Amino acid sequence: MEPILQIKDLHVSFQVKGGEVKAVRGMNFEVGKGETVAIVGESGSGKSVTAQTIMRLIPSPPSLIKQGEILFQGQDLLKKNNKQMEAIRGKDIGMIFQDPMTSLNPTIKVGKQITEVLIKHQKLSAGEAKNRAIEMLKMVGIKNAEARFNQYPHEFSGGMRQRVMIAIALACRPSLLIADEPTTALDVTIQAQIMDVMKEMQQRLGTSIILITHDLGVVAGMCDRVIVMYAGEVVETGTKWEIFKNPQHPYTKGLLRSMPRLDQKKGEPLIPIIGTPPDLIKPPLGCPFAARCDQAMKICERIDPGATVFSDTHMARCWDLHPMAKEGQSS
Amino acid sequence: MARYIANKLFYTLISLFILISATFFLMKAIPGDPFMSEKKVPPAIQERLYEQYGLNKPVYEQYFKYLGDIAQGDFGISMKKINQNVTDIIKDTFGASLKLGLVSIVVSVIVGVALGLLAALYHRKLIDNVAMVLAVLGIAVPSFVVASLLQFVFSSKLHWFPTMGFKGPMYYFLPVAALSAQPIAFIARLTRSSMLEVLHADYIKTAKAKGLRWYAILFRHVIRNGILPVVTYLGPMTANIVTGSVVIEQIFGIGGIGKQFVQAITVRDYPVIMGITIFYGALLMIARLVTDIAYGFVDPRIKLTGGKGD
Amino acid sequence: MEANQSSGISTPADLKPDDFRKIGTDEKQAEIIQRESISSWRDAWQRLCTNKMAITALIVLLFIVIAAIVGPYIAKWVFNYNYYTNDLLNTNQRPSAEHWFGTDDLGRDMFVRTWMGARISLIVGLAAAMIDLFIGVIYGGVMGYFGGRVDSIMNKFSEILYAIPYLLVTILLLVVMEPSLPTIIIALTITGWINMSWIVRGEIMQLKNREFVLASRSMGAGSGRLLFRHLLPNAVGPIIVTVTLSVPNAIFAEAFLSFLGLGVQAPVASLGSMINDALTGWLYYPWRMLFPAIVISLTMLAFNIFGDGLRDALDPKLKK
Repeated sequence: MEPILQIKDLHVSFQVKGGEVKAVRGMNFEVGKGETVAIVGESGSGKSVTAQTIMRLIPSPPSLIKQGEILFQGQDLLKKNNKQMEAIRGKDIGMIFQDPMTSLNPTIKVGKQITEVLIKHQKLSAGEAKNRAIEMLKMVGIKNAEARFNQYPHEFSGGMRQRVMIAIALACRPSLLIADEPTTALDVTIQAQIMDVMKEMQQRLGTSIILITHDLGVVAGMCDRVIVMYAGEVVETGTKWEIFKNPQHPYTKGLLRSMPRLDQKKGEPLIPIIGTPPDLIKPPLGCPFAARCDQAMKICERIDPGATVFSDTHMARCWDLHPMAKEGQSS
Repeated sequence: MARYIANKLFYTLISLFILISATFFLMKAIPGDPFMSEKKVPPAIQERLYEQYGLNKPVYEQYFKYLGDIAQGDFGISMKKINQNVTDIIKDTFGASLKLGLVSIVVSVIVGVALGLLAALYHRKLIDNVAMVLAVLGIAVPSFVVASLLQFVFSSKLHWFPTMGFKGPMYYFLPVAALSAQPIAFIARLTRSSMLEVLHADYIKTAKAKGLRWYAILFRHVIRNGILPVVTYLGPMTANIVTGSVVIEQIFGIGGIGKQFVQAITVRDYPVIMGITIFYGALLMIARLVTDIAYGFVDPRIKLTGGKGD
Repeated sequence: MEANQSSGISTPADLKPDDFRKIGTDEKQAEIIQRESISSWRDAWQRLCTNKMAITALIVLLFIVIAAIVGPYIAKWVFNYNYYTNDLLNTNQRPSAEHWFGTDDLGRDMFVRTWMGARISLIVGLAAAMIDLFIGVIYGGVMGYFGGRVDSIMNKFSEILYAIPYLLVTILLLVVMEPSLPTIIIALTITGWINMSWIVRGEIMQLKNREFVLASRSMGAGSGRLLFRHLLPNAVGPIIVTVTLSVPNAIFAEAFLSFLGLGVQAPVASLGSMINDALTGWLYYPWRMLFPAIVISLTMLAFNIFGDGLRDALDPKLKK
């Protein structure tokens, strides 16, 4: 698969009072053409920061991109200046945000918010842009699109607004769509609709998608591959099936255990992961998950584990997977 | 929208009615009669005066007559200025006050918004700090102190501007500066906090994600939305400037309506006090009404309360 | 792609089997230690203390209050002037060792008069703020607590009243009632309480659906108890801020009335009436205006800055 996005050893920090929050600490992953990759993790794990860093949307300061490369279609986005980034945002990479209630400008008509991006990147006339925008609204499943074009965001429901956001993000047919928790703020029934819209749009336009979420249910329905993040690090990656059927990292296992499933046996409890993630101003020396891990060993607190590879696509970073782990436990 | 306006208009009229009634009955409640302070008046003349001012009729009749007269724009006759109609006094002097007030309003909005915007864009930088110190000073230092200080420094010592009067462009600077100081400070603070809120809003992130240029985002999304709260302040600001001008006109010797008001109060010329009070009241309520309606137009979310449901 | 990561797996040479021994929970690195919990009031106080501007303002305010209380006595003890002592041979004197702030057109000592004026202005400001507080809390509390029809009628009434320009009503009342300290305070509060009532109403409406109130209600607490024991104490923050910010408004309004001759009447003087008196000869005798003007500006400045600081300290969310 030909990657359109490659992220190599990305480190991002935030300058705050009392130090530097190391929010992303050595991310590596890639996204293939037409592929959907999920980045999963709890709040504060660095998944949103990664997404916004790709778009270069985090203001700097306070954020600092310490090192790494973000290769998009072979070009390093971190080396682009503002103007070059403007030409890429919205045109080659689209983005959807978490809260549709606040991500649309309340005082501008919905249609204009779509044509804005078309006029900027595709140099369309106002009339052409309007036609395209209405076409986009229809595509994302908004009925009566011509009338809706002239309405304000407050006249739309949350799910409808998120459809509008998708229309805006995909209006210029970008090759990559970054969806930052696109369904978190929505009702469960609406969530499925939005995911369907995204899937359908992907099939039509062939867009690659990075889906950021903490909801494994969303992942199961839509993604090809999964990246599990914890405390700014990738702890496990694999195809959807590898992650769901054969999770290797205790954190991934924990996430799966805490999620309700349809095939769950009656009376089988959901098990939460106890504790909170580490303070990333002083990230732990060893494995960041050690403090919450019921499998933790002495070494986990000292040295951050390297990757253990199970297949071309499946990797996890945990000392328990090390050959010596079994010996230690038996002694 | 129509219902929204009708609703606002209705309550404005009630407020105005209450003000007029309160004015009338308060004046009637003053012990003694308005001519007591005059030197001895022969009974025949007093009778004629009573006749002229309608004081010999029952109070309720006087009240309805007064309401009727006001509806026709007649505020009665001055008690101290011979043969002077209150309406004429207002007409003759309102021009100067209006010019002063309008210029002050325009200056306040432009300078205040500009200062607030700069402060927000350079948040926590030098410009921000300077602007906010100025704003606190502007809010705290009373306008008459500002006026006296300006007069002392710029006309008495430096002779840059004339001290008194209202005869040409140069006469505007000091009174306008004194009148605008407080509104500028308010608007600057309001604009700053609202712009900061907008700058951190999610939809600005959306706009950035569209790849729009920064100045396009600034003008189309940030300023437009950040200015909305300023619109709500236009009504109170007009009140502030109008009442402020009462004192400022006195300090700078401007023959406006405010000066007439002060004189009337000093000599207790009741019809003039009543007339100007009602005139001011109506003016300010209209300013508020216009502000409310304007806000309904600039902020599409307001329309919802106007009855047109989704 | 992950394949190349596997080469990075660090297997240090000194890895011992013991390293892979499971550790008990007690050995585990403790979770992030909870911050020492402090009450919200102490928290607010600490935030206030870090705000240098607000603390400076508080010190200035205390200084003005103390000076307004003892200032006139100092002059009396040191030079034996009092408030009314006039010396027609020494009118409009510049500030000197004998008359620290100079004298006015009747030869009265400006130092004594300035601090007496400050006293009067503070009394007006504080008394008006207290009456606003009293009426506003009750009216707003009732609106917010009962809600529904009661709220809508009372709220409409206050809106109608509020639409009438504040200073005009005050002027009218004083024309009728003849200005004196009590009538000025009453006239200032005639519509001044409305703002406070809206603040209280908003707070109560927010609070009354919170769990602790529902819990208390479900245990049978009566309306009065709920309002005064549970709701109002939790709305104290915004109320204090509003009071702090309404004092300078009343001081300003009184000064404004002095310009219309409707302030406190001679021989009593407030800062506003002193400034008004000084206005006629001000270009020749600037000190007559300067000292009262400085004191009134400082007072209003300090109240405003301290009020802003209080608001930031009590509601960190609002801080920008």
